[in-house]
Amino acid sequence: MRHTLSILVENKPAVLMRVTSLFARRGFNIESLAVGPTAQHDVSCITIRVDCESSPLEQIEKQMHKLVNVLRVAELVPGESIERELVLMKVAAPPNKRAELMALGEVFNARVVDLGPDSIVFELTGPPEDCDSFEELVRPHGLQELVRTGRIGLGRAQRPNHNRPRQRVLA
Amino acid sequence: MRGNGADAILRSLEAEGVDIAFGLPGGAILPLYDAFARGTTVRHVLARHEQGAGHMAEGYARASGRAGVAIATSGPGATNLVTPIADAWMDSTPLVCITGQVRRHLIGSDAFQECDITGITIPIVKHSWLVQDVEELPHVIKAAFHVARTGRCGPVLVDVPRDIQEAELDFSYPETVSLPGWKPPRRGHERQILAAANAIAAAERPILYVGGGVLNADATEELRALAETARLPVVTTLMAKSGFPETHELHVGWPGMHGPKWSNWALNKADLLVAVGSRFDDRVTGKVSAFAPGATVVHLDIDAAEISKIRHADVPVVGPLKPILARLTQLVRESMQPGRTEPWLRQIAEWKDQFPLRYNPEGDMLKPQLVLETLQELTAGRDDVVWTTGVGQHQMWAMQYLLCDRPRSFITSGGLGTMGYGIPAAIGAKAARPDATVVCVDGDGCFQMTQQELATSVLEDLPIVVVIVNNGYLGMVRQWQDMFFEERFSQINLTHTVPDYAALARAYGAAGFTVESADDLEGALAEAIACGRTAVVDARVDPREHCFPMIPAGAAALDLVEFQDTVAEVTT
Repeated sequence: MRHTLSILVENKPAVLMRVTSLFARRGFNIESLAVGPTAQHDVSCITIRVDCESSPLEQIEKQMHKLVNVLRVAELVPGESIERELVLMKVAAPPNKRAELMALGEVFNARVVDLGPDSIVFELTGPPEDCDSFEELVRPHGLQELVRTGRIGLGRAQRPNHNRPRQRVLA
Repeated sequence: MRGNGADAILRSLEAEGVDIAFGLPGGAILPLYDAFARGTTVRHVLARHEQGAGHMAEGYARASGRAGVAIATSGPGATNLVTPIADAWMDSTPLVCITGQVRRHLIGSDAFQECDITGITIPIVKHSWLVQDVEELPHVIKAAFHVARTGRCGPVLVDVPRDIQEAELDFSYPETVSLPGWKPPRRGHERQILAAANAIAAAERPILYVGGGVLNADATEELRALAETARLPVVTTLMAKSGFPETHELHVGWPGMHGPKWSNWALNKADLLVAVGSRFDDRVTGKVSAFAPGATVVHLDIDAAEISKIRHADVPVVGPLKPILARLTQLVRESMQPGRTEPWLRQIAEWKDQFPLRYNPEGDMLKPQLVLETLQELTAGRDDVVWTTGVGQHQMWAMQYLLCDRPRSFITSGGLGTMGYGIPAAIGAKAARPDATVVCVDGDGCFQMTQQELATSVLEDLPIVVVIVNNGYLGMVRQWQDMFFEERFSQINLTHTVPDYAALARAYGAAGFTVESADDLEGALAEAIACGRTAVVDARVDPREHCFPMIPAGAAALDLVEFQDTVAEVTT
């Protein structure tokens, strides 16, 4: 089972290492990881996507909360949060294929950010699942290079049910 | 107050009430040692190896309840502290390590004696700091002590580049710490404590399974009040030994791999397990699914991460043990039916009579168990004896035969199982309790890992008694090879005679005794304990003796292997 964790940390040296070291010790493979600033200049957000069962996850969340620089750990619950990812991909595009590829891109709102004699670079920002779909769609055309930022997320502004918390705050 | 960073460190230690620090100087920590020479109220004990300094600080912490302080230089000095740091991490010992680091402009350049000690220790510290600005230094030291001692105790590390130690600042010690992410629980939840009280009142076969947390929480009185109020039997883990009086009728031994049969049976047959500051370590549980299989679990702990980590807790209570136990006792007093646990206590007492600790006292050689029995007889009733141990068979015999009534009187390496812990820990304990008689029960293998600290003991006037249960082997390894590797003994023969431990002791300026027969044992031990100076007793014992009973690793408690009258002959 995959989980997305949103971890607010003090912007201090080695804090990323302290957090990721906990995952490494437990033998969890981090599927994606994104780190960046938040609205507060001294607070960063680490978003980690990890594949594990719920009980070891709870254990690692409690361990994380014991780290001095960790301010809050929350799981981004699907349906109650917005998750986004940015993908850049270079696809083989000889002149006779260009139009077809650009039409595919339009369906996914992927932007063409560079165009060469035999390749196109697409930029796609969206739900990670859309990025997966677009990637699969263009792959048969000759996917030359691909990079993804890893997902980031926020709790929804409007909650479907006001009695439920926007995010499951774990520790 | 104007001064440099090194002065600031010492003024900070003084402000924290630190009376003693253990360390060894070197290049990157020279400015701090210069500040020591210029004057401070902090006594410095010069160890012979940084590992020794670290274990001394641990022994001091465990004997006193205060944070121990260890100081080392950069590079190899710092890496020699890694074992004590890991040990303190596993056993939740409050330890503040201060290490020198190369000058800031050299960091990352592979400079002489440079190593990334904050990076190396990340998995085994509660927190660490690489100080980048001299103005931060007092705040960092303040935070270091705060983190080491609050919540679940443990080690912290402060790495100070040499140029920071030399930089000038106006020193003032902060009164508060600002750590927005550090929020240890401050009280247990009343509803959970009530649920725990109800579980205790409803149980027919309850048992308190007590861990080292009770000593760290300074909650031994509260524990005793709870046990006596509800008439609950108590088992104490190795880390909790001395946390509940062991001559008390409610003390029913020690759980786990080398615990007596009656203790393990009591745990196994219990219908309620009240875990108090204990963590269901594999050496206690054996096969987890067979550990107290019919019991409801109440788990009291300061560390939320221990709840349901190994064993599901039906009633978790997270918070400081002292007030939780006090409140729990209050609630139990109101709801408990008098006499409810008496049949259960009688049952355990019957088991105790039925399955005593046994060994064969006959034979041509001195028996190791007799050494421990004699030590117990010689010190029974004394409340001024502090024991430390190394790790192995002698440690387990010490657990079984020494009865400790006074809190913090048994100091050992539990979780990490650090051979060589005993001698330096004893020196640290002596520093914390100068009036106590500190006895290190050691193995011959352990002794040779940290024997150099005998010099520290002698020269720093911190006399200790070391009793070597010398079987000439890495005894516990021998036992495992005998029992689980078809008697294929491999790389364990240390010999009884090399070195000559008594002569070695004398070479260090300590008293040395060699004991080879039961007749000489009591006299030598009594003389060593009474002599008032550092003494080593080399008790040469039968290497064929195994530590029983034993629950093989991963086995169920009821599959415990008992003492057998026939033991394999020595083959090497």
